[in-house]
Amino acid sequence: MCGIIGFISKKKRPISGDKIAIALDSLKERGNGQGSGYVGYGIYPKYKDSYALHVFLNNTPDYYEIISKVKDTLEKYGKVIKDEEIPTNGEILKKEFIPWRFFYDFHSSYRDIENDLMVNMVMEINDKIDGAFVFSSGKNLGVFKASGWPMEVAEFYKLDQYKGYMWLAHARYPTNTKGWWGGAHPFNILNWSVVHNGEITSYGTNKRYVESFGYKCRMLTDTEVVAYIFDLLIRKHKLPVEYALSAIAPKFWKEIDLMEEDERKIYESIRMTYGGAVLNGPFAIIVGTHEGMVFMNGDVEKNNTMIGITDRIKLRPLVVAEKDDLVFVSSEEAAIRRICPELDKVEMPDAGMPVIVKMEK
Amino acid sequence: MNNNGEEEIREVIIDAKDMEYRELNEKIHEVINKNPNLKKIILKNVLGQRFIGNGIEKKDLTIEIHGVPGGDLGMFMSGPTIIVYGNTDHAPGNTMDDGTIIIHGNGGDVTGHSMRGGRIFVRDNVGYRSGIHMKEYMDKFPVLIIGGTAKDFLGEYMAGGLILVLNIDSEGNDLGKIKGKMIGTGIHGGAIYIRGDIDNSQLGVAADIKEFTEEDREKIKTYIEEFCSIFNLGDEIKKKLIESQYTKIAPISKRPFGRLYTQDLR
Repeated sequence: MCGIIGFISKKKRPISGDKIAIALDSLKERGNGQGSGYVGYGIYPKYKDSYALHVFLNNTPDYYEIISKVKDTLEKYGKVIKDEEIPTNGEILKKEFIPWRFFYDFHSSYRDIENDLMVNMVMEINDKIDGAFVFSSGKNLGVFKASGWPMEVAEFYKLDQYKGYMWLAHARYPTNTKGWWGGAHPFNILNWSVVHNGEITSYGTNKRYVESFGYKCRMLTDTEVVAYIFDLLIRKHKLPVEYALSAIAPKFWKEIDLMEEDERKIYESIRMTYGGAVLNGPFAIIVGTHEGMVFMNGDVEKNNTMIGITDRIKLRPLVVAEKDDLVFVSSEEAAIRRICPELDKVEMPDAGMPVIVKMEK
Repeated sequence: MNNNGEEEIREVIIDAKDMEYRELNEKIHEVINKNPNLKKIILKNVLGQRFIGNGIEKKDLTIEIHGVPGGDLGMFMSGPTIIVYGNTDHAPGNTMDDGTIIIHGNGGDVTGHSMRGGRIFVRDNVGYRSGIHMKEYMDKFPVLIIGGTAKDFLGEYMAGGLILVLNIDSEGNDLGKIKGKMIGTGIHGGAIYIRGDIDNSQLGVAADIKEFTEEDREKIKTYIEEFCSIFNLGDEIKKKLIESQYTKIAPISKRPFGRLYTQDLR
């Protein structure tokens, strides 16, 4: 099960976080209250050029020691310009972790490699610092997640106090791994966020594959690996987005055989080169980024993008809808209509065929 | 007033706005139990509530739904008519036994999942795996009629009944070449009729294209007529639909998987 929904304003209109919470609440039957989460893009305009790290700290009396260890790691390459507890309403949920945020700038000498350094630091903190888990590490965006029902998690983090032009959300029904704060979606690395309904049955293969590039899977949930695959294929390897998506949801060999020679060669190469990135099993995912990406036709998009895609035999639902500058992707049409009753267009994308939404130029 | 001095209520309107699905369904059952002469329930502002009409056996009841109901609409239903003015989510008519579901919009994935009787009329399109596991037994014969198109795996593991795809838009215009793939994967009973041509490469394992005979045309004619009358399509369109060329898809043999695990046995 699991319920997913995301929306984006193509005009970059700031929209309050309570909207996405209302929409996700109507998908709560798809989850079981053991994990809900949100990510908002554009929520930290004041610190928009700094990395915003959201970190879970074990809720122990000496959590200050964990903070200083995290700071020590970060300050090897730059400066924490502000850090504080993420404002929460402690009456709503039992604080199993203390959510903390750091706004962080690299020293200017690291400008060209700061994304790589950030990935390394996130991996180092999650792997080596006991009781600290970085769950959000992009710029001008933030993940808010916990064990709980959609409305509980939204009220816990006071989501109505944030405004973003793109929001993704997820109501979890844990299947193969336990429900815990770090296992709630979205999963994020740098500017990539992923919400996922389904199971990545190829998790072992995918994990080994990304770990050979230095990523470390420490969140005990299959979806984590999907965020790293997007970072690897699109940011690091600079694959055009359509090809990257065809690596995770590959064309069938039968289809490839019917292609013209040039096209066939490309898709054959993708299948052979990126076998370790193929996501097997049922999935519907929504991916958000403002990392920028290249398109198959050579277009370069530096702005924000939202992508929705299912596995190639469509074992999980996905609906796309539009209203003026807003585009929605969701498990159920009803969740979209909860926050936007009148829609210009509603449709179900074909299996394995991505929906890519770009900002208006 | 009836003999007991009670008012005979024949129609009840329920405003489902912001109602949780359990509350709505309990309310529906409550009004049915309280009003033996009830003929119609009108549900307004339905949005995502699941399981509407589940297990209801009252044959002369009509449930009118305004909005977008949630999944498993009319599951295990045996008798009533449900009319939806909107799209439906996954599995409308799941394991329904008897009755009719009419959808003025789209059906979600697995429309008609495991139907064992009754009929579903969808004005527009349906999602993936519609008609999966439909089955028939003696006088039970489920029918799924789709006005528009169906996505892949139509009639997957179908064991009985009839699926009819008309390939028109809501005005009756032709929608062109059928895109669906893996049609009838694992089919071992029943028949799928699709208006237009289907290539062998669009079929799933165990499915086969059979000759579309005049007997077949006679069989689907009544459903076409009923579809046109439900969705107000004129005589010209009806005539076109009845006289069109259909592709009939049925199991390649009675037991396509009879030797799946026993290939060495004779």
